[in-house]
Amino acid sequence: MFERPLLRFVPRGTRINFMRGRFLGLATSAVLSIASLILFFHPGLTLGLDFRGGIVVEARTQGPADFARIRAALATQHVEAAGLQSFGAPDDVLIRMDTPPANAPDREARTQAMVDSVRHAIATLPGAQVLRADAVGASVSAELFRNGMLALGISLLMILAYIWFRFEWEFAVSAVITLVLDLTKTIGFLVLTHFEFDLVMVAAILTILGYSTNDKVVVYDRVRENLRKYRTMPLAELLDLSINETLSRTLGTSSTVFLAALPLALFGGASLSGFAWVMLFGIVVGTSSSIFIAAPLLLLLGERRLRRDAQRPAR
Amino acid sequence: MMYYSRLKMASVVAVCLLGVVLCLPNALRQPSAALPWRQIHLGLDLRGGSYLLMQVDMPSITSDRLQTLADGTRQALLGAGLGYRDIATSAQAGTVTFTPRDPSETEADLKALRAMPTAVPGEFSVDRRPDGSIAITLSPTAMHERAREAVTQSIEIVRRRIDATGAVDPEITRQGDDRIVVELPGISDPEHVKRLLGTTAKMTFHMVQDNALGTVAGPGVTLLPMVNAPDQKLPILDHVEVDGSDLTNAGAAIDQQTGEWAVNFSFDSVGARAFAATTQANIGHRFAIVLDNKVVQAPVIRSAITGGNGQIVGGFDAQSATDLALLLRAGALPAPLSVIEQRSIGPSLGADSIRAGALSLGAGFVLVIAFMGLFYGRFGWYANVALLANLVLMAALLSLFQATLTLPGMAGMLLTLGMAVDANILINERIREEVGRGRTALAAMQAGFERATSTIVDSNATALLAHVMLFVFGTGPVRGFALTITIGIVTTLFTTLLLSRMLMVRWYARTRPTVLPV
Repeated sequence: MFERPLLRFVPRGTRINFMRGRFLGLATSAVLSIASLILFFHPGLTLGLDFRGGIVVEARTQGPADFARIRAALATQHVEAAGLQSFGAPDDVLIRMDTPPANAPDREARTQAMVDSVRHAIATLPGAQVLRADAVGASVSAELFRNGMLALGISLLMILAYIWFRFEWEFAVSAVITLVLDLTKTIGFLVLTHFEFDLVMVAAILTILGYSTNDKVVVYDRVRENLRKYRTMPLAELLDLSINETLSRTLGTSSTVFLAALPLALFGGASLSGFAWVMLFGIVVGTSSSIFIAAPLLLLLGERRLRRDAQRPAR
Repeated sequence: MMYYSRLKMASVVAVCLLGVVLCLPNALRQPSAALPWRQIHLGLDLRGGSYLLMQVDMPSITSDRLQTLADGTRQALLGAGLGYRDIATSAQAGTVTFTPRDPSETEADLKALRAMPTAVPGEFSVDRRPDGSIAITLSPTAMHERAREAVTQSIEIVRRRIDATGAVDPEITRQGDDRIVVELPGISDPEHVKRLLGTTAKMTFHMVQDNALGTVAGPGVTLLPMVNAPDQKLPILDHVEVDGSDLTNAGAAIDQQTGEWAVNFSFDSVGARAFAATTQANIGHRFAIVLDNKVVQAPVIRSAITGGNGQIVGGFDAQSATDLALLLRAGALPAPLSVIEQRSIGPSLGADSIRAGALSLGAGFVLVIAFMGLFYGRFGWYANVALLANLVLMAALLSLFQATLTLPGMAGMLLTLGMAVDANILINERIREEVGRGRTALAAMQAGFERATSTIVDSNATALLAHVMLFVFGTGPVRGFALTITIGIVTTLFTTLLLSRMLMVRWYARTRPTVLPV
């Protein structure tokens, strides 16, 4: 173990014909992404506090949380429409409230005042304590949402520009199309798992995008190298060769990132495990899309152009 | 690619050792205040505390200025013996308008108004309008400057108020044009602070309009409610006799005669003189102490008050009297502040998060190290040495920047660990391939380093782009995440391109193997 490697992902000289399955890969991806888009519109993402506004108070009660008593305590403070939910341990409870409607007077001030009312209500329960209390006003949540989307959009554009600058446009376009497909699937995953979509999730998605791009760049880098090396090889064959040559690395890196994120999903606590599960999903999607989506797209876009030399007789 | 000069090796080792030294302050206590001691700060989500985002009420700055401008206009016109009617302010247009008593007085009006004192040169312009009225218009640049100053001043006053509460290590920063962020470590219930910051504490002294004229609002007179009886309203003259900013001190005390809580205050020389003059001239009339547009009390002046001291009684208890004294000492906010976002975390949750983060970080580190050892043998262990150095250097840079470590930041470190070995995997796989093509050990290593380097730079550059974006557009904990990943990418480039390669090259130079352990 300290000298020679004990394990190995793919035997030397592996040649899997990935390009033969390209239409199957693209079709599967398209179906999954369309399904995710449908999920996005109905039932839609569960927006977190950052983007929805309102308040969330996390409290720990003595013994298992008794919702009826908590509701009664809240009622004495004239707090209504409170959503109660158990959270993590049985003695933890999550109290949520929405921001007052858009036309309500003193909307911002009332949002902030609700937290104090909930605190006072919790204080009347013996042995109960507030672990966390957040209130986000409607104007702030709208702004956070806009900034989050802006960060996503600009990142995609910058990745496009960078790959365009370093490679040819076919590479950049197929990378960004693949990233958008990855992104839609991640959103579908978020809808299905009911993880809350908030700023931390935007961070997770951006990390996935960064990771997935990284993965594509490595494959593309090899494609570019082989384009120079094998001037007459048909593009499909050349892409297959490049994927196979980098396969061991692709699997190796995705494994280490996966292993690094796994403990976070298992032990990271309620606030980070959602983030980590989305990361894990993104790693699997990003890795497979490098092989099954990004390369076939490159074949579709670049069959004519990238292999101009092949049609000409070799000099 | 296969040669490291002594100097280069020494530098790489020196950087790693420097990293260890920079990390030390996090584990030790500062032995003396003279030593530069830079530590990683724990974010509010890890140590517990409150975050408040406050909005400065910008429109009120304009309307306040218009109010004083209208007051000044009245004084200027009366002083010059000119008449006016229909004086009005418009916050939207930033104007004070009135109609001259007689069109023939227009020129004299203009002259008197243009001589009014301004806060800054060119603050307003005085013009005659086609319908015969006169408009005093505030210049937008002067108003912008005033607003900017108001935010700076608000930050100062917020700081004074918070310092007075005895909070430890508060952070008060400006965000954007009109917002203030207040971070209070260790304070997990910010209700009291919110109440203190939510009070403007603008105290002014006015005369009450004499009852003969009836209790109606008119030009220059506003009906203001009493603090203790909001239904009861008093007609208060807009003109400010004495301003609360002329106070030098204020303190809460129990009134000797009534046994009630009261706030005692003393004026500076300007305030004392104005107070004496006002009370002298108005014996037998009522004057009002107005706090944030509410009348605290409105006693009848029995004699001139020349000592420069005063007392406010208004049904206080110990807490509210102490708070008011604190607010008066710290000064009034130039504009009302309102909380628009608050997040507070109790200490127990923070401790839970640190435990969960440290456990995940440890477990992730072990898994990645075991993986690299199993799959890449000797070169994998070199990568693991580099990984450890990477962790140390990340902590060192975070300490050097005195960065704030948040829970998402810990997640960022973990992911960096996973991504960091990518460069080593790229190099190792490449060397494997070259060996497979029948190259010699030396040629294979050389080719591996060369070919992998451009790939490593490319892939890290794209990741860097995504996280710089996140840093620019993110807020709070998310920024911490972006920062740790950005730092992680930089340290990864160093440890993989220089350190682990150096270990491999040294090993080759020492043993001159004919077969590589790949």
